[in-house]
Amino acid sequence: MPMLGADMEVGTIIQWLVKPGDAIKRGDIIAVVDTEKATIEVEVFQTGIIEALIVGEGEKVPVGTVLARIAAGEAAPPPRPAPAAPKPAAAPPKPVAVAARPAPPPPRVAAPPPPPVALRPPVPPPKAAPPGRLRISPLAMRVAIDLQVDLSKVKGTGPSGAITRADIERAAARPAEAVAPAEAARAVPEVAAPAPLAAVAEAPKAVPRPTISPADRQASMRRAIAAAMARSKREIPHYYLGTTVDMSRALPWLQAENLKRPVDKRLLYSVLLLKAVALAVRQVPEMNGFWIEGAFKPSEAVHVGIAISLRQGGLIAPAIHDVDGKSLDDLMVNLRDLVKRVRAGVLRSSEIADATITVTSLGEQGVESVFGIIYPPQVALVGFGKVVERPWAANGMIGVRPVINTSLAADHRASDGHRGGLFLAAIDRLLQEPEKL
Amino acid sequence: MNNDDIKAIVLREIGNIAPEIDPAQIDPAINFRQQVDLDSMDILNLMIAINTATGVEIPEADYPKIDTIDKCVAYVASRVSAA
Repeated sequence: MPMLGADMEVGTIIQWLVKPGDAIKRGDIIAVVDTEKATIEVEVFQTGIIEALIVGEGEKVPVGTVLARIAAGEAAPPPRPAPAAPKPAAAPPKPVAVAARPAPPPPRVAAPPPPPVALRPPVPPPKAAPPGRLRISPLAMRVAIDLQVDLSKVKGTGPSGAITRADIERAAARPAEAVAPAEAARAVPEVAAPAPLAAVAEAPKAVPRPTISPADRQASMRRAIAAAMARSKREIPHYYLGTTVDMSRALPWLQAENLKRPVDKRLLYSVLLLKAVALAVRQVPEMNGFWIEGAFKPSEAVHVGIAISLRQGGLIAPAIHDVDGKSLDDLMVNLRDLVKRVRAGVLRSSEIADATITVTSLGEQGVESVFGIIYPPQVALVGFGKVVERPWAANGMIGVRPVINTSLAADHRASDGHRGGLFLAAIDRLLQEPEKL
Repeated sequence: MNNDDIKAIVLREIGNIAPEIDPAQIDPAINFRQQVDLDSMDILNLMIAINTATGVEIPEADYPKIDTIDKCVAYVASRVSAA
């Protein structure tokens, strides 16, 4: 069970997307896992052949538990260095445990750590599931969990009989026989042509499903945020810097740029901020990477985590990868996609686990400045307030300009205020030449 | 397309963006971004949806002119009929 964010302690396998014997390559999505915060598509970090699935669908296990065994293919590239943990020092050609990365040292005061992975004997996979494998999208799965719909009683109407979100909602609206009894009260009375229940028999699979109500999800998300932020405040000696950045070049440039574009290709100024942060990181690399086992491990890649708030409350900070090398248009496409999927509750494991620095922007409705809390094991968080118009003195003249307050929360173990100051100054400088971003 | 049609479209799209709110509860004369808590990405998605449904493209410079439902409907109505 991979650690999908510093605040994760347990995860539930919702669905396996592979079966023993399947050939997989690094980056394939092999399973869907439900954490306390979201439904995550887990990407495998290893090329090879699935030998056995060890944890069954519906099982909830601690981070670090071996989920499956993979026979390493000869062409397997070395596993990507995991940000959250050192590579297991294993002799190469032999079965590799999926996601058996040790978790970063747990906070001392936290709940007892998960049982050591190695002690868990490989157990035979639960009764083979493949024949009756359900075809269902992660989003539909998520809706099914929220509505507590028994998937074995849902007939899919999508491509190849896949269960769609609409199928789930229809099933949830159907009274008792298709809905868990406890949920009947919540079911909507009017029924749109119930699907013939006889068809259900084709899908004999009845894996116990995790049932998480929206209220529970809410509560568990608060606990997850509490755990990560408490750890951050306990372990990371933060220092804070702030500066005010003149946006009188960036914003008019952006507005002129957007006038040339159709509405669905417009850019938000957030992408300028993201790109500026990513380029500034290349000048001050101490801000980009992880504090692991008493040492700073800089990251070559710049994966910028973006704090995205959920409408129902709560927060997730998934990453856009390689922001420094992407065009503003690409970043905008990535950002829109990410926000959409965060709000739908479906993310990928790499997005959740590997941000190397985080940006938080409180948007236009909010306040002028933010003093961030670093997301461990990262070492820096850049905060942007809202854009405001202020009197601004330049070249001996006073004028009114749009400005944005930019703050840095950084880990004093990894860097000092002098370097942090250079980093913010670099962001400022980059935002004065938006056309070069 | 009359004002009621446009209003129905705007409310429907706001409802899609913020499924937890009841569009009927939005006061059409008061800033809806504050009532519904929409961020810049939500506003962009709303503009795209209005554009798709009505063909009217609202430039960013005009965002202040459409900060209430009433103003937004009037703005779109004037552009739709002009088109």
